[in-house]
Amino acid sequence: MRIGRTTRIALYLYGVLAILFLYLPLLSVGFASVSKARYLTFPIKRYAFQWYGKALESHTVQDLLWTSLSIAGLVTVISMVVGFFGALAFARYQWRFRGLFQKLILLPIFFPQAVLGLALLMWFNSVGIIPDWKTAVVAHLVWISPIATLVIAIRAYSFDPSLEEAARDMGASTWVVLKEVTGPLLMPGVVSAGLFAFLLSWGNFPLSLFTTGADSTLPEWLYAKMVSGYSPLVPTVGVLSIATSMVLLLLAFTIHRFVRSARDRRARTI
Amino acid sequence: MERSDRKIGMLCAVPITVVLLLSFAAPLLVVLLFSVMPTKVFSLAHVPDFSAYGGLLSQGYYRSLLWSLGTALAATIMLFVICWPLAFAMAKVFKGFTLFITIAVVITLFVSENIRLFGWVLTLMKGGLIEGHLRAWTGWSFEGALYNVPVIVFGLVYVYFPFMLFPLVQGISMVPDDARQAAADLGATRWQIFWEVDLPLSAPGIVIGSLLTFVLGAGALAESKLLGGQTVIVIADEIETAFTYGQNWPLGSALSMVLILIIGSLAVFAVNRVDLDKIMGRRR
Repeated sequence: MRIGRTTRIALYLYGVLAILFLYLPLLSVGFASVSKARYLTFPIKRYAFQWYGKALESHTVQDLLWTSLSIAGLVTVISMVVGFFGALAFARYQWRFRGLFQKLILLPIFFPQAVLGLALLMWFNSVGIIPDWKTAVVAHLVWISPIATLVIAIRAYSFDPSLEEAARDMGASTWVVLKEVTGPLLMPGVVSAGLFAFLLSWGNFPLSLFTTGADSTLPEWLYAKMVSGYSPLVPTVGVLSIATSMVLLLLAFTIHRFVRSARDRRARTI
Repeated sequence: MERSDRKIGMLCAVPITVVLLLSFAAPLLVVLLFSVMPTKVFSLAHVPDFSAYGGLLSQGYYRSLLWSLGTALAATIMLFVICWPLAFAMAKVFKGFTLFITIAVVITLFVSENIRLFGWVLTLMKGGLIEGHLRAWTGWSFEGALYNVPVIVFGLVYVYFPFMLFPLVQGISMVPDDARQAAADLGATRWQIFWEVDLPLSAPGIVIGSLLTFVLGAGALAESKLLGGQTVIVIADEIETAFTYGQNWPLGSALSMVLILIIGSLAVFAVNRVDLDKIMGRRR
């Protein structure tokens, strides 16, 4: 079963095309954000960065940023903790209901988020909670905590249980084993789960739509403006939201490289 | 050792179980209870009368449901055809390029889906990226490509692309090269290898990818609102209207229950079909 040269080239081209297809709309948003005109038409005649200045000065945008940031921050912390233990139950230990547990964890990922958001709204209402940004944290967790669990579980699968057993044989208590052996071994998975959690919460729109009450997140505000009452700030705020994610990703990547090279250097000196 | 494993495993499962009970199971139960309440009530302290379900058939809501299921099905089939060659190449042909594509696709997942769909509005509208440049350069023009049913399917294909691609890559990488080689040596044509080796052996990935895109597409809202501009009303839209403008929670709940039952049974079927330990790479 050899794959010919022509087929190979065609497949690479196909891959490049798929990536272009995925990024084309973002290109449009990017161009739109630097158009000077109030009513956008392509081709853009004059470019200007005025909308960026306006967006950053606007109190509405500052509030939106703050709300989105608070939600994403809390979601990240909770997902990391819950996902850490969840992943151990998912991948590491053999216990009676493990198979069922694995399947139930996956179930929320298959549910349409807008419907889950409405269901959560009714649930909050029937127990007498008035929705605000804190209820949106709960909503985001439905979808994000299973994903965090899966990300950490991938790490937990590749982990050698004899390391834990060795520590236990030498007299370490369950708590010490968790803190000194299991925790550090799963740490890279926990960190990437945290990154995923933050980014997914930051960009999430369907779960926030019905669950933030009077507060509003960036994606929600964008949606409201897209559906009715277009503002030239929409592409600009969109780009700002994307830029935040990208900066965070780059930062995480740089720190990862830095930590790894530092560790390598240390290993060489020993 | 075995016994302590069992106890710790159970304990570790507690936090996420509590989170999901409070944020997933309880809300779904509330929807179920509301759906049997009399029309236009806002609390559960009423005698159930199932009247909301009666309204479903007489009010023609099945049309929205069919639109949702139809567009989701069309998107799923198109995604399978579009993603298969790429997934095959990522699993069997590309080397370093696979990582590049994976990262590039994952990054798009971190951008709000409404920003990406809005990007398509700017790209496809009259005076948008495509039509505007076409008119400026060639003088030829068309009436934009928005606000119809095909563009809704296009939006679904775009948004759920990663949800089909990654399961397919995972599924195809589970097909052993030896099996494909053996089939080829025995004189099978490319088509026969695809039909009788690749397809059955990568079935778990195909099932997960297709069901994931189908159920998420069936409950999608933003695609029809932003790109479709209300040409057709999808079921998620009806549900939203019932809750917001209609102020009729039992009706919204009954509509949700129909969607949840369809999606839930497909989802349960999907997660039952796959061996998670195998897919996620258990080494022991």
